[in-house]
Amino acid sequence: MTTFEAILLTIVTASTPLLIASLGELVAERSGVLNLGVEGMMAMGAACSFAAAVTFNSTAIGVGAGVLAGAVMAALFALVVLGFAANQVGSGLAVTIFGLGLSGLIGAPFVGARRDPVAPLHLPGLTDLPVIGRLFFGQDLFVYGSLVLTLAVALYLNRTRAGLILRSIGENHASAHGLGLPVLKTRFLAILFGGACAGLAGAYLSLVYTRFWSPGMTAGRGWIALALVVFAAWRPKWVLIGAYVFGAATVLQLHAQAAQFGVPSQLLSAVPYLATILALLLLSLRHGRAIGTPGSLGVPFVPDR
Amino acid sequence: MSSRTLIGALVGAAALAFSAGGADAQQKLKVGFIYVGPVGDHGWSYQHDVGRKAIEKAFGDNVETTYVESVPEADSERAIEQLARTGHGLIFTTSFGFMEPTLKVAKKYPNIKFEHATGFKRAPNLSTYAAKFHEGRYVIGQIAGKMTKSGTIGYVGAFPIPEVVAGINSYFLGAQSVNPGVKLKVVWANSWYDPAKEADAGKALLDQGVDVLAQHTDSPAPLQAAEARGKFGFGQASDMERFAPKAQLTAIVDNWSDYYVARTKAVLDGTWKSEDLWGGFDKGMVVMSPFKNMPDDVKKLAEETEAAIKAGTLNPFKCPIVKQDGTTVECKGNGALSDEQVLGMNFYVKGIDDKLPQ
Amino acid sequence: MRIELSPRASVSPIWRAIAPVLAFVTAFLIAGFVIWLMGRSPIAAFQVYVSQPLSDPWALQEILVKATPLALIAIGLSYCFRANLWNIGAEGQYVIGAVVGSWIALKTHGTDAGAWVLPAMLAAGILGGALYGLIPAFLKTRFGVNEILTSLMLVYIAQLVLDYLVRGPWRDPKGFNFPQSVTFDPAATLPPIFDAGRVHYGAVFAAVAVLVTAVVLGRTLFGYRLRLTGDAPRAARFAGFSAKTTTLAVFAISGGLAGLAGISEVAGQIGQLQPSISPGYGFTAITVAYLGRLNPIGILVAALVVSLTFIGGESAQIMLKLPLDLTQAFQGILLLCVLAADALVSNRVRIVSRGGVR
Repeated sequence: MTTFEAILLTIVTASTPLLIASLGELVAERSGVLNLGVEGMMAMGAACSFAAAVTFNSTAIGVGAGVLAGAVMAALFALVVLGFAANQVGSGLAVTIFGLGLSGLIGAPFVGARRDPVAPLHLPGLTDLPVIGRLFFGQDLFVYGSLVLTLAVALYLNRTRAGLILRSIGENHASAHGLGLPVLKTRFLAILFGGACAGLAGAYLSLVYTRFWSPGMTAGRGWIALALVVFAAWRPKWVLIGAYVFGAATVLQLHAQAAQFGVPSQLLSAVPYLATILALLLLSLRHGRAIGTPGSLGVPFVPDR
Repeated sequence: MSSRTLIGALVGAAALAFSAGGADAQQKLKVGFIYVGPVGDHGWSYQHDVGRKAIEKAFGDNVETTYVESVPEADSERAIEQLARTGHGLIFTTSFGFMEPTLKVAKKYPNIKFEHATGFKRAPNLSTYAAKFHEGRYVIGQIAGKMTKSGTIGYVGAFPIPEVVAGINSYFLGAQSVNPGVKLKVVWANSWYDPAKEADAGKALLDQGVDVLAQHTDSPAPLQAAEARGKFGFGQASDMERFAPKAQLTAIVDNWSDYYVARTKAVLDGTWKSEDLWGGFDKGMVVMSPFKNMPDDVKKLAEETEAAIKAGTLNPFKCPIVKQDGTTVECKGNGALSDEQVLGMNFYVKGIDDKLPQ
Repeated sequence: MRIELSPRASVSPIWRAIAPVLAFVTAFLIAGFVIWLMGRSPIAAFQVYVSQPLSDPWALQEILVKATPLALIAIGLSYCFRANLWNIGAEGQYVIGAVVGSWIALKTHGTDAGAWVLPAMLAAGILGGALYGLIPAFLKTRFGVNEILTSLMLVYIAQLVLDYLVRGPWRDPKGFNFPQSVTFDPAATLPPIFDAGRVHYGAVFAAVAVLVTAVVLGRTLFGYRLRLTGDAPRAARFAGFSAKTTTLAVFAISGGLAGLAGISEVAGQIGQLQPSISPGYGFTAITVAYLGRLNPIGILVAALVVSLTFIGGESAQIMLKLPLDLTQAFQGILLLCVLAADALVSNRVRIVSRGGVR
């Protein structure tokens, strides 16, 4: 394996959790709900999936538990922001604080436990192809899952009736409600999906990325996922690109350090953030201003009668 | 000492300690800890907590221990003072960033004993202590120098502070002593604790041809990355063998237990004095976990080096030490760099290609 | 079964006042149940968490110290949030304010420069924070770049800038190369309001900011314009209010106040620059702003309440050995309850069984 291939593989690993979490958040935001609880849901996903995987000695059960944990947190969030029409920003932050705390309690007995690596795909012949073999045919299932998910979300939003309903609710919930569309139900499901994705991303962190659990291991990735949705202007294809741009910048700055350019490491560490701002700036210059923000984003829905 | 006199001493000491603390009428010494990270970080705070438990085990009902975890440095003065106000007679603050706050609180509560790890400001009731981790790093450097096939070894650093820089130099000098042509690559994670990023940093080094990886960040993630690639690495702060049974050659274990027990006993006995202790292998503060996954001759070399450092016959920073620019560092210690020079080290030694972030 | 919401025709001010109290009761009942399940006494927990801090002058003072930066930042953020602009980068504006303000302190260090130093530092802190806040505002007004992303990314960049400065150019030359600046001269230190206390003049700035904001929002054209821009952007445009000017203005105010909080903390509390100068005040302040319903007095109360939960959480760790994670989870539950209660005051909720009225 050449260095180039190896770097590409690392970039894929670094980008996948961001991509998964961002896709979930994207669906929630397209339905008009700003969910700032991603970080907390991700932390819960990481803790619960690891705890379940160790207890039952099964990665599959672990992943299921992570997804479920994210969804349960999302249901709590939905109860407050949909059921009571509470402020979304405040509630999302509260869910993050709650999730970080609760994940610490759940994970505490599992500090020091470890899991074996999740076996990557191996297709005889294809995986052994030079250069592209490992990259395209030798990843773990999460990576393929995240790409399928991207496609599915894109098709759902743009090609299905349900997707159209979700988008119109996100654009203007009052008129959608007037048309008889189920605003709260659609949003509830969208929030659940977002939570499940955040949980899955968390599971990826503790089961694949590091294969152990430690408190606060999400280390702000939930916030990056949120930012990437904005970066993508709420379009799935651009979430994919954004996640990989950010992942690549994260990994490449470490390589730049190892290659000894003599630039301050803090400057290199700032590269992913600078690159994202710059990329968004360039995109905005090309596509004009104010793209794609769902009209009702962050506004609580209370039907007027 | 008979049990009766021991109890007598304990009661006396506890009474002394509490006359100041303003505590309730308990006859126990309360020992408090401030941690910078979560106790579950597998590394720095985790090992301090092991030391805390050792106190409980050693003194049983005569002590009570408390900890406050994940205390942000900017917000630590209050947490330390909370411990001081709640009847703690001995308080350990276990991160460099707690130095000024600890000093401030120590001045306010002159009858309570404070101990600050890795700092340099002392007071009559404030001791400092730290461990010579660089001694362990010299040993792992020699192992790395012997074990590398590619001739390039790697190091994941958290932040370019003197302690980490001294560790890198010691690691490199160790490697160079057995493998003169060895090359070193350094990557800074700019974080003490972000497992996924530490893993990425480790992978980046491995991708660049490194085959033996050392780390000065808290989690086992870089070591695990080495294991996944079939390369070698070292545990940091605690024995991390269970995370990488095939890759871990040895681990530099922070052993605070003996020190914490001794200092608690000193308070109980009434013999506590403000000191500055910088212990290494000799004081048992730095311990190597079993040498594994290496040929016998390398193991033998490592054991001999460890013994020599422990006996004081070998100093990783023995003079002459030459900086990257070719100038020789003034030799202020006895045939080696002085403690101050090591504690404040901000240069790379000759042979390291990288540029130290200034 | 489903939940049906409808807005209440008139909201009674009494309920508005009682709702948070009921939320507290609910949250404590939930937490008490959990603590009871863990085999601890919920009553003792309540005492340690709430009664004790509120009846102890020292703890009350600490609550003020902690609430000061939260209130300052949250007041600034309320300008942005009222105009529906998502500034989530207050943490970065806080850091840059502290850096720019400290620059004057470091330049004048040891020069006996006189009484102008402190006011200049505060002004520089405000200016630094405001300019940093204007970056996302400018990118938005000029290029249409979304402010959520830019303001958040600028947080990470600000932290790295601070990190670079304190480890490099601004490092204390006598500090053994540890990453921190010199300790500020007395002329560059924000004094405590009462001797021997820890409450510094930042608390006064926060109080002034609250009062001024109350007047601005209630009595001025600018306040009207803000509310209109947030509630009815189209109407605001028809009224001839430029969205661009509003955006720039609120980001400058918000950044300026965050910068003031930053330099006040550094000059009043910490006394030097170090790699970590905020335990996440900029992010916590977002919660504070919404908890206070974006109302200046509400924000002041919310800042005090949130500080109480931090200090209570620490006490619970020390006195009851409850884990930090538990107190953090409780903090989350408490916030959710308060926000839900607040929403319930404005809306009527009915549980409708399936097939009920549509």
